[in-house]
Amino acid sequence: MDIIVPIKQVPETSNVKMDPETGTMIRDGVGTVVNPLDLYAIETALRLKEAHGGIVTALTMGPSPAVKALREAIAMGCDEAVFISDRSFGGADSWATSYTIAQAIKQAGRYDLIICGERATDGDTGQVGPGIAAWLDLPLATYVASVTTLPGADAPVGLSVERLVEEGYQILELPLPALLTVVKEIGSPRLPTLRGKKRAKVTEIPLFNAQNLELDPAFIGLKGSPTKVVKVATPKVMRSGTVVRAHDEAEIALAVDRLLAFLDERGLLPRGDRP
Amino acid sequence: MSFVWTLAEQHGGRLKDVSFELLSRGRALADKLDTKLASVVIGDGVSPEQLEALIRRGADEVYAIMDPRLAHFVCETYSNILSHLVKTYQPTIILAAATSMGRTVMPHVAVRVHTGLTADCTELDIEPGTGNLLQTRPAIGGNIMATIKTPQHRPQMATVRPKSSRPLPEDATRVGKVIEVPLIESLIDERVRVTGYRTDTADFVNLEEADVVIAGGRGMKKAEHFGMLHDIAGVFGGVVGASRDAIDRGWLGYSHQIGLSGKTISPRLILTAGISGSIQFLAGIKTSETIVSINTDPDAGLHKVADFGIVGDLFEVLPELQRRLHEHAAAPPAATTATADDERPDERQREERV
Ligand SMILES: Cc1cc2nc3c(=O)[nH]c(=O)nc-3n(C[C@H](O)[C@H](O)[C@H](O)COP(=O)(O)OP(=O)(O)OC[C@H]3O[C@@H](n4cnc5c(N)ncnc54)[C@H](O)[C@@H]3O)c2cc1C
Ligand SMILES: Nc1ncnc2c1ncn2[C@@H]1O[C@H](COP(=O)(O)O)[C@@H](O)[C@H]1O
Repeated sequence: MDIIVPIKQVPETSNVKMDPETGTMIRDGVGTVVNPLDLYAIETALRLKEAHGGIVTALTMGPSPAVKALREAIAMGCDEAVFISDRSFGGADSWATSYTIAQAIKQAGRYDLIICGERATDGDTGQVGPGIAAWLDLPLATYVASVTTLPGADAPVGLSVERLVEEGYQILELPLPALLTVVKEIGSPRLPTLRGKKRAKVTEIPLFNAQNLELDPAFIGLKGSPTKVVKVATPKVMRSGTVVRAHDEAEIALAVDRLLAFLDERGLLPRGDRP
Repeated sequence: MSFVWTLAEQHGGRLKDVSFELLSRGRALADKLDTKLASVVIGDGVSPEQLEALIRRGADEVYAIMDPRLAHFVCETYSNILSHLVKTYQPTIILAAATSMGRTVMPHVAVRVHTGLTADCTELDIEPGTGNLLQTRPAIGGNIMATIKTPQHRPQMATVRPKSSRPLPEDATRVGKVIEVPLIESLIDERVRVTGYRTDTADFVNLEEADVVIAGGRGMKKAEHFGMLHDIAGVFGGVVGASRDAIDRGWLGYSHQIGLSGKTISPRLILTAGISGSIQFLAGIKTSETIVSINTDPDAGLHKVADFGIVGDLFEVLPELQRRLHEHAAAPPAATTATADDERPDERQREERV
């Protein structure tokens, strides 16, 4: 089963600190990582490959340094990688990004399955996966928490998946090729191996750019993006809340008292059906 | 005249609350644009009474596409129908909920009708002069608020964070039209099949739709101690959530996880106990209406964002809180939480037959 995993490089938020004065994120010196939610997509692909054979290809679209994300994916066990990069792709929204990635996937060759992360932790839209599925007209399952393959004569012909939805899990069957976006529950991502890291250094990564990709120039980059960011504000997260100490019995009683009064004032306190 | 649309959601023939929340957003926008508001319902078995309720809560028109084959959300088919309706009626704005359905079908439709989509908006407004939709959403884990517009494409599409607005009160005097739109056979995509649902997991929770969330973290020390949180949640008719640390320790299932790699929620009240308030956890709760924290550490990040913080030991504070809450709610807690849970069992039976 040949699988493509689109991954994104994002700012590393685990080291981000909050500025106590302004209540905003301190982004200086923040490194980049593979979108943590994409590690689950890579893990899912590697498990399916272990069970059914095939090749796992990591794919990313981004500025030159983003190639590092692909090397990390190879270090985890991906076989190949595809890099999509061109200045003219910059500023793409989820519509233009999914278009460009879909065109690259069409050109990259054969695949049975595409697995995306649930969403990227920076843009946080979760729209690129469904977008790629729409461009390629692939059956889609989002928020997938578990996957089992439906066996065919010699290779799997479809998947049965459980999607995490508001009511529980929706169980779907879909034929291959298909596109999934996966959630954390699917299984913990493995760590890169030493051998993988060595391979990552030497693996050749083909580049797709505006020259060798077949693209409608009106559909790419900032210009091809239907949405425009008009304003960015950093909200203060600090609230001028009350903080009370509750270190001994009297303080605890008082603290709980004040909490209940506070909740009552905001209409949040449940009442019995006392008249 | 192009309308504002909302995409209503149903499950098992019952309209979800979020369908009504969307109408209050849509109503405000339609009024500013001096146009009409329509709600699109795709599904099966939604009663005429419920369709009328959409009108009483703000819609001028309701387009109902009902068919047994539409009972369950399948992206391809729903996307075919919505794309077809969009091309036929050309609305100016479409709002859907930022739920597992909205966040799946909307990007699919946006690609196919060639327009922009803004995810998980918390504020919506109309730009004076141009009439463009201003869509404001938290990004980078809630650390920035981005305002986005779609100036050159129509419709302007947005998903809206559940619980970020309240439904309008029912107004029985409102009049409107319910239009039954027949299903065009060719729009059904049979590739993907829904074979069932699994809701039997005792440890499953619907965090995003809860008004009150009582959450615990590593400071809870043991799975058993979450009993206190369940009890308090019961009094409020709420549910229990957790930090990743608590989930990774196996104290609760993944559906309870709040934060960057879990659920983003916006309840009326979240009370946390033994959670430090890491940037990743806070990303999931920032738009909550009221935040209460209980933590021994006066410098805990959660105390800084809380509306009400108690610096104290949760093992001392929670029992006192339980005692006082039970005293306060004269009726036993089971009775006050009855509504949400009562409806679950028969829904489950129906689903298992799928
Ligand atoms: C990519 C990435 C994604 C992540 N996603 C998420 C996510 O979605 N959700 C999430 O929650 N985390 C996430 N994390 C992890 C996050 O960084 C923190 O590790 C986690 O939130 C900590 O959980 P906690 O607050 O329960 O534990 P801790 O940080 O250990 O805090 C425990 C708190 O309990 C208090 N405490 C201890 N005993 C008591 C007591 N008796 N009474 C009162 N208070 C007490 C302590 O003072 C402390 O503040 C993510 C991390 C990364 C890198
Ligand atoms: N620039 C990109 N390159 C490759 N894959 C991407 C890119 N952006 C998004 N994705 C994929 O789409 C998913 C959702 O991203 P987003 O829609 O940006 O939240 C990610 O988890 C990735 O799997």
